[in-house]
Amino acid sequence: MDHHGGNKAPVLNDSVPVRHPGRWISALVILGLLALMIQSVVTNTNFRWDVVGTYILDTKVVQGVGWTLLLTVASMVIAIVLAILLAVMRQSDNPVLRYTAWLWVWFFRGTPVYTQLVFWGLVAVLYPKISAGVPFGPELFSVDTNTVITALVAAILGLGLNESAYLAEIFRAGLKSVDKGQTEAAEALGMSNAKIMWRIILPQAMRIIVPPTGNETIGMLKTTSLVLAVPFTLDLTFATNALANRIYLPVPLLIVAAIWYLVITSLLMVGQHYIEAYYGKGVDNLAPAVINPAAAKASAAMAPSAAAEPSLMMDDPEDEAE
Amino acid sequence: MSTTTDKPLVRIEGLHKYFGPHHVLRGIDLTVNQGEVSVVIGPSGSGKSTMLRCVNLLESISAGRISVGDQLIGYREVNGRLHDLKVKEIAAQRREIGMVFQRFNLFPHKTALYNVMEAPVQVKGKNKGAAKKQALELLDRVGLADRANHYPGQLSGGQQQRVAIARALAMEPELMLFDEPTSALDPELVGDVLNVMKDLAKSGMTMIVVTHEIGFAREVGDRLTFMDGGVVVESGDPREIIANPQHARTKEFLSRVL
Repeated sequence: MDHHGGNKAPVLNDSVPVRHPGRWISALVILGLLALMIQSVVTNTNFRWDVVGTYILDTKVVQGVGWTLLLTVASMVIAIVLAILLAVMRQSDNPVLRYTAWLWVWFFRGTPVYTQLVFWGLVAVLYPKISAGVPFGPELFSVDTNTVITALVAAILGLGLNESAYLAEIFRAGLKSVDKGQTEAAEALGMSNAKIMWRIILPQAMRIIVPPTGNETIGMLKTTSLVLAVPFTLDLTFATNALANRIYLPVPLLIVAAIWYLVITSLLMVGQHYIEAYYGKGVDNLAPAVINPAAAKASAAMAPSAAAEPSLMMDDPEDEAE
Repeated sequence: MSTTTDKPLVRIEGLHKYFGPHHVLRGIDLTVNQGEVSVVIGPSGSGKSTMLRCVNLLESISAGRISVGDQLIGYREVNGRLHDLKVKEIAAQRREIGMVFQRFNLFPHKTALYNVMEAPVQVKGKNKGAAKKQALELLDRVGLADRANHYPGQLSGGQQQRVAIARALAMEPELMLFDEPTSALDPELVGDVLNVMKDLAKSGMTMIVVTHEIGFAREVGDRLTFMDGGVVVESGDPREIIANPQHARTKEFLSRVL
């Protein structure tokens, strides 16, 4: 018996694998339950799948999807911009900025989003006019609050400001996760603080920030159903509820809403996958270092000419991004 | 070794450093001439890395002065009173000083090429084509032209450290600081990094090297400084000190690392 190389190919060990009867039994039980569930959903006429089919592409419903998407995207954009600002403020040397950010998170995280939405809907009662001017001096301009803070704006502000508090903590955690050596290396190269943040720290922090932010975005998609509190009455949940009340069939319209929320969530998950892949480059999604040894050898041999004519040899992973 | 001049580039005078109540540097004096390779050795906790980090202000200076060229590091002196420099002014001073870290600290989300290009483009405003050409030449110089498009995670420790050297050189510094550049490397990878540093020394670069590589000190160093307990115990010609240390502590340390 030669265990140590030689010219002959080794005889692979053809061992008998351990059997797992438990796996088969649990799989059968689960598949059985699943079959029962599908059968009941299909055969139970109370689901009224015909009504689901009628209303799934109803104009009011599709418009509701559009409004819900608009609310989600707009409020998340506001929340992300504010969260970056708040997270950077939390790290500031200036104590006033630090405490302001802390206070913001404390307040917007500490009160229900429903309450905040009602408040934004009522802001015109508190301040009928928005005006700007010199304190105790002349007024420069003045507008009716209701023309500026429409129901849509109130809904977006309410959702966005509330969300910014949660995202600020996520961003703070992300920024803290980046090794201190990264800042030191960038400082040693003479980079400015702003460039260190935008080009070195934040791109690496995004790896940590993206998954929970995806979570929050999907959460936001469904939190938009609370904008009724403003009241804003065009979103998906309100639209399907209104239709359900008209035809006295709540279940099929809940299913319509659920299907749409699932579709959007699925799309968001696809988007999140690509964002994660982008920010994971160099860390999570490392391609094997050398795929083709011959090509590597060739490129090594051509290295001097590569220096002379770099654009022919090197592809720029960053040029598309910038 | 041979490119040393008599013109001092770095002057460290009476440098003290406190971390809270801990007095880690207790009056360091060290002069490094232009083109000199100044090697600093000493047990861990002796303050050698802290001293090095004070030179480009990664640590603030508690007492004493450091100047590089005609620049006082970290301060402006007006009528005998020191004024802290602004962040921007400190960044400008750091541009003249390259630093290589024990743990490489390459930017993991950028390829080797972009690690090297980053500072010339973002700090100096160099155009991308020229920066790329320079970066490829530097990577070739450290023997990694064929690794330009690899991410740090795809490189060995020794390769990463050589990219880090290229990255520091891309700013065309007048002084290079090495903070235990081979301490985090597998023994078989140390040689490649030391060879790059030797070439750099031969090219006339002024270098301060904190290291445990006594062989490097003997072969390449123009001056060897032994630190312990936050003070310079002994400083002079590396070959003389290694062959014939004058202080008991130096003797003891060398006997343990050689």
